[in-house]
Amino acid sequence: MSSLLTSVSARADLKGPPPASHKRHRMSLWHLFLFPTALLFAIPLVQMFLASLSPQAELLRFPPPFIPSHLTIDGYTRLLSTSDVLLWLGNTVLVSTVAIVSNMVLCSLAGYGFARLSFRGRNFGFLAIVATIMIPTQVLMIPTYLLFSRIGLINTLGAAIVPWLATSFGIFLMRQFFLSIPAELEEAALIDGCSRRQVFLRIVLPLAKPALATLAIFTLLGAWNDLIWPLIAINDPGAFTLQLGIANFQGTRRTDWALLMAGNVVATLPLIFFFSIAQKQFVATMTLSGLKG
Amino acid sequence: MAETLNDERRAPVTGRGARRRRSIRENLEGWGFVAPATILILGLSIFPAGWAFLLSMQKWNGFSPTQKFVGADNYAKFVSDSQLLDALGHSLFYVVLFVPSSVLLGLFLATALNRRIRFIGLYRTAIFVPFVVSAATTGVLTNYLFDPQFGIVNNVLRSVGLPQQGWLTDPGQAMIVIAIMSLWGSVAFTTVIYLAALQDISPDLIEAAKIDGANRWQTFWYVVWPELTPVTVFVTLWQFIEALQLFDLVYTTTRGGPLGATETVVYYLWDAAFHKLQFGYGSAVAYGLFALTLVITIGIVVYSRRTKIEAF
Repeated sequence: MSSLLTSVSARADLKGPPPASHKRHRMSLWHLFLFPTALLFAIPLVQMFLASLSPQAELLRFPPPFIPSHLTIDGYTRLLSTSDVLLWLGNTVLVSTVAIVSNMVLCSLAGYGFARLSFRGRNFGFLAIVATIMIPTQVLMIPTYLLFSRIGLINTLGAAIVPWLATSFGIFLMRQFFLSIPAELEEAALIDGCSRRQVFLRIVLPLAKPALATLAIFTLLGAWNDLIWPLIAINDPGAFTLQLGIANFQGTRRTDWALLMAGNVVATLPLIFFFSIAQKQFVATMTLSGLKG
Repeated sequence: MAETLNDERRAPVTGRGARRRRSIRENLEGWGFVAPATILILGLSIFPAGWAFLLSMQKWNGFSPTQKFVGADNYAKFVSDSQLLDALGHSLFYVVLFVPSSVLLGLFLATALNRRIRFIGLYRTAIFVPFVVSAATTGVLTNYLFDPQFGIVNNVLRSVGLPQQGWLTDPGQAMIVIAIMSLWGSVAFTTVIYLAALQDISPDLIEAAKIDGANRWQTFWYVVWPELTPVTVFVTLWQFIEALQLFDLVYTTTRGGPLGATETVVYYLWDAAFHKLQFGYGSAVAYGLFALTLVITIGIVVYSRRTKIEAF
């Protein structure tokens, strides 16, 4: 599988579409397919935003109106006053931030070590890490739960954070990237008397910004949206992440759609915001996200 | 330290001791870089994976001091566990619904999006954005959109005079609804992979086909599609593995219902381990699923090697 993964992961991002054809007028037929498809894909999120701003009474009227008669922030007010959504948001931000920073530091260090340094056990170590990509989460859930409950991490935010401190995907990604940049640059710096640490910090890392951005986005999506693991490891509402809080609403606020959708907006808007400012990097990351396993 | 390295590079080291010192230092330096991440990852995967394997041969509720060794009994129980077999059937049903449609829709969308026309940026954004939406949110949205009474889907059906459907409350439709919403959230993945693959195809190849008199459909079928085969094998396998592990969307919509119609293998496993506290049996089910995935993966890899499809 490595050849395909390597070719995909070496790609910084997708090229633009091919140059406009002289047969422009014939191309427009694609609009007949693309416009309704795009509309269909947009409906759920549009409905989410609309419902979060709708009067609750209208959402439960029969037959329901397609467009609310007026917009209101009642759903958000209720969300703030009757749930700990800000605490959950804070928890999710904390988990994601620690995960991103830790992944960027640990995986770039390890990726560089595996790509450039020669030491005993290097190939075996890297092979073992790649092999772990194959192990599905389901196999790890039970023993990790037992392990974490023994060291007192269960029901704390630590339980959500620790599995995201370093990822095998991140090491794989960073190693592939470091292998793709010419070694001559580093060798010249070493001959000029720089230490490995200096070479890594001053020469290699600044070049690695695109790969680090990919890693950050990958970690953000994974840590922010993770559900099954926090669900197992955290029962205490004080340590809920946003996703847990939302999933938990399902039981308690089943038909308070305005509030539920307001919660969804709080959980989704930050990701949509990041997507809009870094769309190219997100798309590049998506090609790799199959690796998350 | 920089000085010595410098010297060594200029003059080859001759003494044995010097070489050993250098190799120790190189080893320390190398492990200094890789050790933190390596220890974390192996500690949180290889070690638990081994532990899970030991657990899979025990009968244990996770807390009582007695862990009874039962050997392969847990695995032998699979064939007589009708609820597990049902769950496997539901998972496979989902695989059949989800995998071909995600691959074909991805290919189709990529072909459509791979051109420079007006609004192409908007079209791409509309199809890609759902990818960042979490399973929890997608689940709540599914409940909302497909609500039999107040949901927009039935509302649309009603206004065009079609009969109302039960959707998530109908055992025959619930899995289809889950597959549709799962497609909504993840088809961006197959689309992006195909888009990248399409852009890797040399324009000369397509030009040559045109010169030879091939029409658009022939060009696609005889030139583009064969070029895409490795990618198709790869995404099919990948979506298959993902689909077999369906859990999140079931948890946030039907919780396995109605009448157990959407209880997948992973949902069953989660329920067995963390509700019924069957830690041993749960581990065995996890390993069974792992083995199934592995066998099919190896089968596809071997097959694609034999037939010279360079997917792996």
